Order: sequence, then structure tokens, then C-alpha cells
Amino acid sequence: MNRKMICRTTGNIVLLEAALLALPLAVALAAREWSVAIAFAISIGIALLVGLVLSLMARGADKLIFAREGFVTVALSWVLLSLIGAVPFAVAGCTDGTPISYVDALFETASGLSTTGASVLVPELLSKGLLFWRSFTHWIGGMGVLVLIMAIFPADSGRSIHVMRAEMPGPVVGKLVPRIRDTAKILYLIYIAMTALEIVLLAAGGMPLFDSVLHSFGTAGTGGFGVYSSSIANYSPYIQWVIAVFMLLFGVNFNLYYMILIRRAREAFRSTELWFYLAIVLIASGIIVWNILPTVTSFGEAVRLSVFQVSSYLTTTGYATANANAWPELSRGILFLLMFLGGCAGSTAGGLKLSRVMILWQSVRRSIRQMLHPRSVCAVHHEGKPLDDKTLSGVSAYFALYCLILIILTIALMGLAPAGFDFEMNFSAAVSCFNNIGPAFTHAGDPGAMFAQYGIPEKLLLTAAMLLGRLEIYPLLIAFSPSTWSRKKS
Amino acid sequence: MGNPGSSRGVLTMKIIVVGCGKIGCSIVSSLAKEGHDVVAVDTDPAVVEQITNVYDIMGVCGNGVDNDTLSEAGAAKADLLVAVTGSDETNMLSCFFGGKLGARHTIARIRGPEYNDKSLGFIQQQLRLSMAINPDLMAARELYNILKLPSAVKVSTFSNGAFEIIELLLKQDSVLDGVKLSAMREKYKEKFLVCTVQRGDEVFIPSGDFELRGGDRIGLTATPSEIQKLLRDLGWHQKQARNVILLGGSRTAYYLAQMLSIGGNAVKIIEKDPAVCAELSEALPKAVVVEGDGAQQELLLEEGLRTADAFVTLTGMDEENILMAIFATTQNVKKVIAKANREELAAMAGKLGLDTIVSPRRTIADVLVQYVRALQNSLGSSVETLYQLMDGKAEALEFIARADERITNIPLRELRLKPNILVGGIVRDRKSIIPTGADEIFPGDSVIVLAAGHRLGDLADILR
Repeated sequence: MNRKMICRTTGNIVLLEAALLALPLAVALAAREWSVAIAFAISIGIALLVGLVLSLMARGADKLIFAREGFVTVALSWVLLSLIGAVPFAVAGCTDGTPISYVDALFETASGLSTTGASVLVPELLSKGLLFWRSFTHWIGGMGVLVLIMAIFPADSGRSIHVMRAEMPGPVVGKLVPRIRDTAKILYLIYIAMTALEIVLLAAGGMPLFDSVLHSFGTAGTGGFGVYSSSIANYSPYIQWVIAVFMLLFGVNFNLYYMILIRRAREAFRSTELWFYLAIVLIASGIIVWNILPTVTSFGEAVRLSVFQVSSYLTTTGYATANANAWPELSRGILFLLMFLGGCAGSTAGGLKLSRVMILWQSVRRSIRQMLHPRSVCAVHHEGKPLDDKTLSGVSAYFALYCLILIILTIALMGLAPAGFDFEMNFSAAVSCFNNIGPAFTHAGDPGAMFAQYGIPEKLLLTAAMLLGRLEIYPLLIAFSPSTWSRKKS
Repeated sequence: MGNPGSSRGVLTMKIIVVGCGKIGCSIVSSLAKEGHDVVAVDTDPAVVEQITNVYDIMGVCGNGVDNDTLSEAGAAKADLLVAVTGSDETNMLSCFFGGKLGARHTIARIRGPEYNDKSLGFIQQQLRLSMAINPDLMAARELYNILKLPSAVKVSTFSNGAFEIIELLLKQDSVLDGVKLSAMREKYKEKFLVCTVQRGDEVFIPSGDFELRGGDRIGLTATPSEIQKLLRDLGWHQKQARNVILLGGSRTAYYLAQMLSIGGNAVKIIEKDPAVCAELSEALPKAVVVEGDGAQQELLLEEGLRTADAFVTLTGMDEENILMAIFATTQNVKKVIAKANREELAAMAGKLGLDTIVSPRRTIADVLVQYVRALQNSLGSSVETLYQLMDGKAEALEFIARADERITNIPLRELRLKPNILVGGIVRDRKSIIPTGADEIFPGDSVIVLAAGHRLGDLADILR
């Protein structure tokens, strides 16, 4: 275990966070929110201090790292990012003077970084600086901080692919171009360009610039933090369509955009995952349109509401234009199932990822066929390429672990939750946080506000669930298992 | 070390390497270290995964002759395609198709003796290969140079043999122990230059007041005849190895035996496989071919190991080569050379007391790095020859100087060189000059430069 190298990269990440915190500081200064600005300044100070201490500890590091160091680096970086990113919330508090507890602040930051969008705060009571930081964490967490670090600094060694693989979602992570730094740069450039386009389109639709920026951050990271408790419901149909389309766009594998950029669009459109993704959107929206048609005024409205909600749940964003809780059971059920699927691999979306679902489905078919014809040999194909058994068993193991963690989370929540929280609410809260969606299904009241009613242990549990979901379980599990750290076994 | 290639602002090359065996890996490693965009192609997914885990490159799994695979690897925009799979025919086809798809330069490994005769020129021309490389032949040449000069552990030649750099190992009780370089130069009248010294893991480009010590590995530049004289004066001169035993009937052994027997030396090849033995005895009428397991010490002694001038192990197994070479040193064979392709094994063999280890893979990587650096700046004074010395810690490069007011027609002592850089030799009109501070470089000269810790692509890079 190369501890010094882990310290070095983690230290760089924390220093980068200090730099990123300067942006909300500037917003707070521009909005003349002096106390909030001081809160950000304090956070930057803490981040600089921690980063420098880590860098000092890393002096003389030898640069050889393996998969294990990659996982641990990613896990520790994300935990530290959340812990430090929570400081401004806790120091500044709400605009009406009510303080924000550190646990609430941590929940909010982890929710932001993991692109969940579940909130325990009321957006109307937050200063502009904090609102900006909250949405900005979505944007940072969407593509990943370590990928950002790789885009900025030259690679320390040829082996940084281990770090990238640990942070990027999806069963198979490859590079777009030979050098990892160029790959990271391309990913971020596409990400920035698409975010900028959305900001322009939203602002053109009459949304105030500040709101456009924040909502674009929320869409880009497939997060879901907004400016109002009512999310997107009060905006014009044009804006709702723009956000719906961009949610879908950010749920597509970014490699495909690169393919289109280098004029290999035909290959990009051959991606089976992409067609599967579009088919799900069409079918799910179709059923919901038919299902909710009697409750709305026009067909157009039904289409808009259902497409928006389907995109929001499938890409694990979590914006809302209507209270889906009030919809018929069939629609609610479909939305609930969409929460598990998530977007495409290599996108900013959370959840299981469609490529995993497709691979699982094919392995199931193969098992059945092999039961019928025990001697048949049958390769599993994905995106036109045969998959080796290692990837297959990796996907199956991931699915098993995913189910297990959901069960444990739900049972733990049931044990801890206050009165009035029934199984459906607890289960959907666990599903929502673990899959990085945000809103959960509840019988009473506003779905966005339900997390605030949980106590401190439940909030911490859900915070962990959000990070587990974003990093796809393994990094955190590995980083916090004692055998990783024991010198005897390493 | 970062990425000196890109910091200097030269082009990064897009390079495809087809075939990631031992040779392929070492090429990928050197080119990735030079800072190029490398795409590795291999049919085995496990190999591709392994190589992309270790180096910052992209991997494509597929057949290097397949159009789709080559397109996916980016052949259309590639500056160079290097095909080094185990099969000559695959390499040729891969280069041919790669060239058709748009790769600007193609290099194929062609090692079969049947292709390496007159037909090579035909193949190269018809397939439009920029270069055909034959690691076995290159290794055989390197071995032959060492056998001609057995006291050296490595011999590198420049300007078609006008200059040589030989590496010598100073024994603990050497006459040069504790001698300053300036004193050495006064004592021995020959024209030579001690250009590199390796002590432990450190490599120096020494100045006049540098003091040599026993155990140092030194590199000398001089003309071949001066080297012979100097070695005689130092009392180290060994006669050329006249009676050589080769262990293993590999292609390298074939080429080496051919060179040796043309020079009139006695060669004995020991090989396990009867079929290979039959082929070798057919192709090499002058050599003695012995069928038997060379790992048996009894057999080696019976075949006259103790009376041989030199023993060279050339089997396909690095481990066997090293162990049998160590056995030969215990039998007091004067010169023992082992072939070891794996770098880590070569380093370990050095610690076990084998001074001369030849690595075909290192040689071929040198040739490619030289080729790519020459591609990078075809405008300036580009690299003609490149060798890695002292286990890769120093480089010797040959440039053809072009008119440049910063370098040419200026006495060397007035040039502001980077640290750890030395002008080790100048060849002008076929005359070899060991330069002193007063010498100047003229346009058109071949200039040999030694550098430790720099990557030079152009003669102008030697300046601060």
C-alpha cells in the first residue's frame, strides 16, 4: 500500500477544492452577503491547511500505484471533499438566522457531490452563495474530481488509469485517446460545452441568469438541486422541455459524444445501450401519458409532464414539474422502477447503469439456455464485442452487492426512523439516496421535505448511502475494510 | 521525470504498435516515456489489459491485419505503425494495410532468414515499408562486436564504424583505480575520451578532475584502432574470441554463427531440438552443431566448455541463459555473454556477476526511439544513431550538424552546454576527431553527443 502517494493525490484534491470554493466566495461577494463570504473564506482556509498537511505527509512518495491505491484514493478524496464542503453551510446558516447543524450540512454536501439532490434544507432560506455552492457541487461531482485533477495536472505515472477507473461509473472504463490527461480533458470540455449551451438556452427562455446557471449545474451532474422547493414546476413549458432534453443528454455515455466529435457518428449510433435507453424513455413516457391523461388538462401537458418525470428519474436527476406522488399507482410504480436503472455507463447519471442491466439480462438468458442445452457454448455480447467471464462475474457480483446494501439500508432505516415512516417511504428513501436520485415517494406532503424529518443517525446513514452509490460501492468498501490497511496482508 | 518531450514543444507522434509480446512491450514502454500517443494492438485481451494498466496508452484488442481493428486504433491519422507480432507475414500485412489506411510511416519486424536476404529490399519496396527491423540480426551484430573485443561489455558503433563507444568494467585492483582522468590522458598517448562513468546506480559525464575507482563501469569513445592500442597499453587486451560455443539454436545464434564462421572462427552450436539442428547444419556447413540439452553441465564440459574462448547463451529462456552463463564463469571461460530480454532479470544477472548481457529488446527499442526522434524534427539536425548506455541511464546520439550560428564554427569551450552533456566525437570527411575545447563543429560534420538525464532530438538541444 503506497500511503504517501494516496496522501499526495488526496492532498491535491483538497487544494483543488479550495480553488473551487473561490467561485461561490465570489458569488457571495457579488451578492454582498458578507457573513456568507466569511464562511467560504474560513472553508478555503481549512481546505488549504488540510491540503498542505497532506502534501507534506506525501514528501518523497514513490509513484508506483496499483488498483488498490486507486480505490482508496478515490474513497478518501470524496469523504474529505464532503467533510470540508459542508463547512460553509454549517458556518453561515440560513438567511432567517436559524443555524444549520453540521450533520445537515454534511448531508447536503454529500447529496450535492454524489449528484443525488436530496435536501434537508429549504432553498428559499439559503443565501445566493450557498445556493450556488450547493448546485456547483453537483457539477463537480457529476464528472468527478479526480478526473478533473487528471485533466489539469500531468499524470504522475502511467498507472493513473486505476484512479480514473475507480471514479468513473460503469462496468468497463476505457480511454478515448491514448493519454489519460487528454482523455480527461476531452471529457471535461464536452461537459463544459454542454453545460454552457444549456445555460444559454435557459436564459433565452426568460429564466434569470443565476437560476439558469444553477439549474444547468443540477442537470449536468444529473443532481437535482434547484432554487425553489417547487423545483421546476413554476417555469414555462419551454424551460421544462429544455431541462428534460438536457437531462436525457447528460444521461448518455460521453464516449458517444466524442465519437460524434471526431466524425464517427455512425459508430456512436450503433451503440445498443443508446437505443435501449431511448426505448425505455419512449415506452415509459407512453404508458404514463396514457395513465395520467384523465387528470391533466391537455395531451401536450401530459406528454411534457411524463417525459420530464421519466427523464428525471431514469437519469437520476430528480427535478420535478409535477407532484408525481399524486399520480396513479401505475405511473408511480414505473417511475419507482426507473430509479434502479440509471442512465448509460460513462454518463453522469447514477443507478445500476443500463449496460449492467443489459449484461445481466444476457447472462440470465445464457444460464437458462445452458440449463436446456448443458453443452452449448454461448458468448455474451455487449456493444458488438464478446465479454470475458471476468467482466460478467464482476457485473453479477456488483448486482448482488447492490441488492444486499439496499436491503441493509432499508432495514437499518426501518429500525431508526421516527413514527409515521412506513416501509414504502423508508425503502424509497434508501433507493433514492443509493441511486443518487433525490426525491422519494411519500404518502403525505412534499416529497422534497421528507429527509428533513429524519434524525441524525438516519441522515448519516443516507449520507453514506449517497457516496456509496456515486462511487459504485467498491472504493468505499475497500477503503474502510481493515484488511486493506493491514501491513501484514499487503 | 514528467514529460520532457512535450515540454520542449515538439510534436507528439501518434504511434500504433501491433503485437505486445516482449519486444512490443519494450517499444511501447520507451515510446510512452518519450511522451507520444501510443495505441497498442494485440489479439489477447489479457495482454491488452495488462499493458494499459501499466503504461499511459490506449489498448485495442483485435487482429492487427483487420481493417476494423486498424481503423479503431486510428491508422488513418497515425504517424507511425510498428508491427512486431511473432509472425513476419502478419507484420508485413499489417504494415501494408496500415499504410493504405493512411499511416505515414510503417516499420515491420521481419526476422525469418528466408526474407532477410536479397528479397528484403523487394519486400520493403513493394510494401512501402519505411524500415524493416530484425532484432535477431541486430543482436547478432552486437554480440559479434563484443566477441571481437572481448574485454568490453558493450560496443556501440557510429558513422559506419568510424567511432566506437566501448563500455569497460574496472576491476577492484585495476591500474586505473584512483587515477584522475586528466592524468590518464597524459599517461596514455592514444586519442580517446572517457565519456561516461557509472558508479553504483549513478551515471556521470565526467570532467578532467574526475577520479576513477575500481568497480566503475566506464564508456570510452575512440576509433576502433585506437581502442585496440589503448587496451594493449592498459594490459587488458584479449585476443578476439576464436573458439566460440553458442547455447541454443535460435535465429540470433544462426546469424551470429554465420558472421563468426565467415571470419574464420570455430563455432559450436548446442541445441535440443533435432529438427532445428538439422536445419542449422544444413545452413551453416562450417559450424559444428551438437544435439543435446545445454542445461546439462556434463554435456557442456564434454563439448569443451573449459577450452572455449567465449560462451554465449542464446536460448529463448532468460533464466536458462543466465544460469548457464553463471555456470560457465565458474568454469573460467574467458568471455561469457548471456542474452536476457527481461529488464529486471538482466539487472539481477548483473548483480550475480555476469558483466556482459545483451538484450535484443533494448536494441530494438533504441532503434525505434531514434527513428521517431528523427521523424519529430526532420528540419533540424536530426538524430542519425541513438544508443542507450549504462543500463539506459545515458544516451549516445549521432547528429549531422547543419549550419546554425549558435553551434557551428564556434570553439567547443565557448558553447554553453547543458550540464551532463559532452561532445564525444566529430567525424569530418571520414576523419575521426576526439574533440578538445579548441575544436569546432562545422556544418556537415557527424557529431557524437553523450547525455545523461536529457532527451535530445536535435543538435541544438545540447545548448542551455
